[in-house]
Amino acid sequence: MSPHQFDIQLVAVLVAASCAVPGTFLVLRRMSMMTDAVSHSILLGIILAFFLVGDLSSPFLIIGAAASGVLAISLIETVNRSRLVGKDAAIGLVFPFLFSVAVILLSRYARDVHIDAHSVLLGEIAFAPFDRLVLGETDLGPRSAWVMGPVLAANLLFVSLFYKELKVSTFDRGFASSMGFRPALVHYALMSVVSVTCVGAFDAVGSVLVIALIVIPPCCAYLLTDRLSAMIALSVFFGLLAAVSGFWAASFLDVNIAGSMAFACGALFCLVFLFSPDRGLFVMLAGRRRQKMNFSEASILVSLYNLERREPPAGGHPDSRTMFRSEDFASRVVGFLREKEEVRVLGENLVLTEKGRNRARATVAGEPDSAGR
Amino acid sequence: MLEFAAALFSDYTARTILLGAASLGVVSGVVGSYAVLRRQSLMGDVMSHAALPGIVVAFLVAGAKERLPIFLGAAVSAALAAAAIGLVTSNSRIKTDSAMGIALSVFFGLGLVLLTYAQHAPDANQAGLDKFLFGQAEALVERDVAVIALTGLFALAVVLAFWKELKLLCFDPDFGGTMGFSPKLLDALVTAVMVSAIVIGLQTVGVVLMSSMLIAPAVAARQWTSGMGRMVAASALVAAVSGVAGVAASAGLENVPTGPAVVVCASAVALFSVLFSPEGFFTRRLRDSRSRREIRKDYVLGALHRLALEHGDPRYAHSEKLLSLGSDEGFDVRKSLSRLEDSGQVERAGEGDWRLTPAGVRAAARRAPSRGAGE
Repeated sequence: MSPHQFDIQLVAVLVAASCAVPGTFLVLRRMSMMTDAVSHSILLGIILAFFLVGDLSSPFLIIGAAASGVLAISLIETVNRSRLVGKDAAIGLVFPFLFSVAVILLSRYARDVHIDAHSVLLGEIAFAPFDRLVLGETDLGPRSAWVMGPVLAANLLFVSLFYKELKVSTFDRGFASSMGFRPALVHYALMSVVSVTCVGAFDAVGSVLVIALIVIPPCCAYLLTDRLSAMIALSVFFGLLAAVSGFWAASFLDVNIAGSMAFACGALFCLVFLFSPDRGLFVMLAGRRRQKMNFSEASILVSLYNLERREPPAGGHPDSRTMFRSEDFASRVVGFLREKEEVRVLGENLVLTEKGRNRARATVAGEPDSAGR
Repeated sequence: MLEFAAALFSDYTARTILLGAASLGVVSGVVGSYAVLRRQSLMGDVMSHAALPGIVVAFLVAGAKERLPIFLGAAVSAALAAAAIGLVTSNSRIKTDSAMGIALSVFFGLGLVLLTYAQHAPDANQAGLDKFLFGQAEALVERDVAVIALTGLFALAVVLAFWKELKLLCFDPDFGGTMGFSPKLLDALVTAVMVSAIVIGLQTVGVVLMSSMLIAPAVAARQWTSGMGRMVAASALVAAVSGVAGVAASAGLENVPTGPAVVVCASAVALFSVLFSPEGFFTRRLRDSRSRREIRKDYVLGALHRLALEHGDPRYAHSEKLLSLGSDEGFDVRKSLSRLEDSGQVERAGEGDWRLTPAGVRAAARRAPSRGAGE
């Protein structure tokens, strides 16, 4: 691994971890699309601050950008609270407007500056190793790392200091306010954190793909655990995994690194979505199938049981297959029942065995279906 | 600038471009109404971003000159994103907002990966491809406009043909379902129409900002009317005008990309409508404060009249202090009094004392019976 590659990965890892931490709360609070609004709106703040200060590396840019992210959020909420516009439309109305103004200002008045509309969307993480922080004679490493490191530290500090407040106001807003936790304050604090994170990540991955790093790792974690602390840890893990694998895929194929990281996030999500041991698609489909089979088997057993109580089975009873969607399916269900020795076949008809009768009786009594497993 | 504007309307190429922008506006205005009413505005954002990989793949396969494959590619990948969102939300506990975030960023990321890959491809002239990010109306040629118009006609025909069904879908899908109009089917229909509107807008407005073309005009129109037909028509009008204005501004001023210009126009109309429509933010405040003022004036007039009658003289003077004791909300009685003085209904009767004028007595007496009946 060359020093360049190391630097890029260092920045990528810091960005991914910083995004995953507040992202967890955004996903749980159903505010994922707010990221979209924040990450687009900060551009206007960056540009206005740049016009004021005239220096791209000024810390005022970061402050201005973060402020404009929070401003966008409160604008969206004001528009929404007026009840004139739905929440979704409020988001979709506010941020494209701010972003458009920013892009127009950018392409008209700041063409010679090195922020251009392209890098806004694509990110410039490939250039991270060339922009270094040099103090006196010593080279301290890429500047982005010195931005993202403190951002990550601040995010971790914020979450650990206000863990209880965040947790309570995320899961039970009413309870939180009755306990005096001021959910609105927590909300704006969280949005400020998101805003600062987006600003830091903006240079590296651009305004669209930061959404991937904020939303997707927590979603992966959400499909694997029910504990908040575990979810935060897992989302950081998935973020790191996506950052590193995305980087190597990009350098192997020689394509855009940020895009590749977003795609890696997506690939990880697909894996988790399909194979999660508790909630994966396959496990769930298998569960649904099993449930359907159990139900169908029980239906046949119960109908036989009822018939048998009305008149004793001399030559058995028909298998009431008309209640199923198809002959085929009914035959399969009967086949399973025969394998389990819960029914016997008598010519065209079926007879319950003792085992089958017990299961039917249990089903009718509403007992948990133990025989079916 | 003026010369330029004149040229726009006389020049053949310019007319083509403006016609394209206007018809695009009509379609996105109509389709956007449904997105906004169904609270699915952000789906437009997701699908327009998600169109990028389809565009690039079509470009790699068919080349830059062919528009139709690019439209098809965009439509397919946008529809795939919509389907993926449905799949994830109905089969896991991931909520719609997160699923949209995932689809948007992953598809767009894939699009960027493919875009940078296309830039490396040996004989790829990808100059046209970049324009899909922020849009460039100048590149519109007659054939594009024809495609826009045809796709637009298709979308409009669908909306008109299923007018009643779609209206039900917006306002009461459950009832619609019981009437036999499958919400699922209609949902797919709306998505299809939305995809076609997005696809034809990509070239002019760009993938990044196309969603705003759907949302802003519809939000603007919604502020002025509660009738479905009028809203759809107004939305189409707003979008068409913004489209034309944005394209003209982008062509007339240097270094203004088309997409952002169009979006700023449409958003400005929406913002104005939200603030100043009859039910708008400011209008409502203004009306509220005016009616509050009237009620207070009315109250002071009535109180003065009642107090005076107890002295047997309707023009008996009372002090400001006494009047403000009776006002339970503690508003400034003096303001109401001076307004009443301006309209000649009360007059000063010494330091801090007020009495009704004859006109004031008449006005108070006119109102008194109805107030008495209410008490």
